[in-house]
Amino acid sequence: MGEFAIGQPVSRFEDPRLLRGGGRYVDDMSLPHMAFGHVVRSPHPHARILKIDTRRARQAPGVIAVLTGEDWLTSGFGDLPTATGKKKRDGSPMYRPKFPAMTVDKARYVGDPVAFVVANTALEAQDAAELVEVDYDPLPAITDTAHAHEDGAPQVYDDCANNICFVYQEGDKDKTDVAIAAADRVIKRRFVISRVTAATMETRGSIGHYDKAADRYTCYTTLQRALNFREELAETLRIPESKLRIVAGDIGGSFGMKSGVFNEVGLVLLGSKVTGRPVKWVATRSESFIADAHGRDNVTEAELALDKNGKFTGLRVRTLYNAGSYTQPGSDSGASSNVGTLAGVYMTPAVHVDVTGVLTNTNPMRPFRGNGRPEAAFVIERMVDIAADEIGMDPAELRRINMIPPSAMPFQTGLSFNYDCGEFEKVLDEALAMIDYKGFEARRAEARKRGKLRGIGMSYTIEKAAAPGYEGAEVRFDRTGSITLIAGSVTQGQGHETVFKQIVADRLGIHPDEIHYLQGDTDQVFLGEGTGGSRTSALGGSAVTSATEKVVDKARKIAAHMMQVDDVEYADGVFTSRKTNRSLSMKEVAKSATNPRNVPKDLEIGLNATAAYHTTRQNFPNGCHIVEVEIDEETGVATLDKYIVVDDVGVVLNPLLLKGQIVGGIAQGVGQMMMEEIRFDPDSGQILTGSFMDYAMPHAEIFPHIDIKSMPVPTKTNLLGVKGAGEAGCVGAIPAVANALVDALTHLGVRDVAMPATPERIWRVIEDAKRGQTA
Amino acid sequence: MLYDVQMTVNGQAVSGKVEARTLLAQFIREHLRLTGTHVGCDTTQCGCCVVHVDGVAMKSCTMLAVQAEGKAITTIEGLAAEDGTLHPMQQAFRDHHGLQCGFCTPGMVMMGVDIARRLPGADEKTVRHQLEGNICRCTGYQGIVEAIIDGSAKINAVRS
Repeated sequence: MGEFAIGQPVSRFEDPRLLRGGGRYVDDMSLPHMAFGHVVRSPHPHARILKIDTRRARQAPGVIAVLTGEDWLTSGFGDLPTATGKKKRDGSPMYRPKFPAMTVDKARYVGDPVAFVVANTALEAQDAAELVEVDYDPLPAITDTAHAHEDGAPQVYDDCANNICFVYQEGDKDKTDVAIAAADRVIKRRFVISRVTAATMETRGSIGHYDKAADRYTCYTTLQRALNFREELAETLRIPESKLRIVAGDIGGSFGMKSGVFNEVGLVLLGSKVTGRPVKWVATRSESFIADAHGRDNVTEAELALDKNGKFTGLRVRTLYNAGSYTQPGSDSGASSNVGTLAGVYMTPAVHVDVTGVLTNTNPMRPFRGNGRPEAAFVIERMVDIAADEIGMDPAELRRINMIPPSAMPFQTGLSFNYDCGEFEKVLDEALAMIDYKGFEARRAEARKRGKLRGIGMSYTIEKAAAPGYEGAEVRFDRTGSITLIAGSVTQGQGHETVFKQIVADRLGIHPDEIHYLQGDTDQVFLGEGTGGSRTSALGGSAVTSATEKVVDKARKIAAHMMQVDDVEYADGVFTSRKTNRSLSMKEVAKSATNPRNVPKDLEIGLNATAAYHTTRQNFPNGCHIVEVEIDEETGVATLDKYIVVDDVGVVLNPLLLKGQIVGGIAQGVGQMMMEEIRFDPDSGQILTGSFMDYAMPHAEIFPHIDIKSMPVPTKTNLLGVKGAGEAGCVGAIPAVANALVDALTHLGVRDVAMPATPERIWRVIEDAKRGQTA
Repeated sequence: MLYDVQMTVNGQAVSGKVEARTLLAQFIREHLRLTGTHVGCDTTQCGCCVVHVDGVAMKSCTMLAVQAEGKAITTIEGLAAEDGTLHPMQQAFRDHHGLQCGFCTPGMVMMGVDIARRLPGADEKTVRHQLEGNICRCTGYQGIVEAIIDGSAKINAVRS
């Protein structure tokens, strides 16, 4: 299957359907007799709920039911699942706030659900929601990460002292303290990593359907991990998982945000149970800003110790992480799972990280593309540039002299990551050549003549992908020899269908047109954790590969039996016996395999195979981004002029799709660094960026053409040699752009530009620098 | 109160009864069940809902259904040939990996066709500027921009 083989730039099999308008997103689905829900949300960041009066709403046209937290409790359903496993500094368990689907006593963020209106139409539900009268007693609120733990800060929960939810530490504290105390030079900086939101183009949505006769619930929804979702939701509803079916249609982007079980999923099921009708809820965009989980949001202090030659001897990092108002399983992982990224590609022998998670009156948090990786990469890669500036060394050279050489692999960093492979210096050199690093000063001088301040910035980042876990795949032959391929992974746009079909076509010789791809339906998928953490090509791809290997092994035996030979060879979908010159195609074997006559006695009939692939070893994609920016001194407007990436994401399954992942990730990183920010008013606690008019999304116009080159160093940690690619672009972009912006302004005395580096912020740092007030 | 509306959608005469506040996007999606036109925001920023009204790109969330009375509407479903063959702009989106999740895609493709009509031969910079009313969260726009340039060249080569 040459044109579809692994490594070919195969255009996507999912595209024709999506391009013809045939996508089936949750809001495109409609069930007979369906009703519509609208969520009544708290307008206060923190308030006691004194009374909820639903009488007027109940009498409004089209209204079928108005539900509150009391109805939820009466139904027998439980609270939503919360994060667990971490500890506080004194060793006691982390604080686990209850997470009700609709809050009864207190609202804890602007957007906290307090009632749910179900009506015949979406507009009637929306109209009636305005008639629900809630008496609030507003309380002081805290939204600010830096001050939430201070004495006297408003308490999000009365029994959670100083709002401290958990403390997470990694690395060797004593060794790091010694290294820093003994260092020739210590660079110290504070960074504020802004709060952003995934802003998927498709908002979250769900349709709940309770089948009373069968006593079974079905939920059509937006998600990343169908079986995990079912497990968590079944626990919430206090029902066996077998009584719950979760179905994901097309998902319009997620980036981590849709991975949790949210309130509204429970509300549509409660609504269906109470009204006896399917109930749909889909968020409006404005609702998404107050109802979706946000990402990032931390305040970090970092100290990097160097010896007199510029070698890093220690890194100490202290972080305050905004844990939001409620926690969910995985919502705290941005504070812990990826702090290992801080060690970077460097030999630094002693590293210690200390993260304190603080609760605030803000939206819950979820992983957002990178989930701690971009935050950590930003800190280490900014610190390297700051150190280079302070000791007067070229930032590329400072990286080079500290890099882990291939000869040191496998390499245990000062934190938790153990790198299996990587050729960092080679990738760095390629990137420097690609952008003509040596010629930069001439470009800077030329720009100056045009009145522009030109800067260059780089990052060399590494992150963990495919954390230890498992994934399932199933190859189901039908009687004509075509295939249904069922995966535990769930695409939200990455292109799983294409890559998985490529693997099957490549291994089994069945044309992709004869493969039907199925995912996201818990009544169909037998196993899998789903998608997230750049895991699908490594784990999902290996599961599909493993299933095809099982098919080939069994088909080989059946072919030998059918041809009555003992010398079967297999290549490109054909079983051949050289001795007899006979051959059988995979399809012929598959068609014959359900007839017991064609199958050896010791084998079951049929050629179907399931595979459960698991690994205990993650992989480490890495790469170098170099950016050139130009800043207009008068207006502070920064323009990205050149952007190149050289990456090592292991074996490339499909270069077209890989490029899409890297460029898409870069766009989100650039967005965070240059324009996006969820901002709360510190006094009122109100969200100030509640629509696309206030929250700046990156548009086509801000990007230059991005040039990407792959230099794969295959990993042995999975069957395909692939490393994760979904998050790499975002991870590398934020520090590279930041370093370029600072470089453009360094001659003015500027040493830092806060994110997001809006024209106003850049203009202010330029003006401050001119007045001698260096940032 | 409900109002009668009649218009042509993808070549077919259609009619319906709508509230005054019913948006054209809602009429297309909910009354006609043509769900390829998407709604990604409520402030006319995202462009997921772009359709053609009398041949001109329009955000269907920014027009009332009653305002479309008597007009000819083309949605994403009306672009491909009868036999399913993709329109050159749709094909270009596939060739250049101009879509990932596919949610903004119908609006992007309809906008791309409009750019090809208004600005034949538009360069990369122009195409990027022309997309200021369309947001994509997945692709970083590179594949979209390449697709519109390529699709436009193919459309205009056929025309000339």
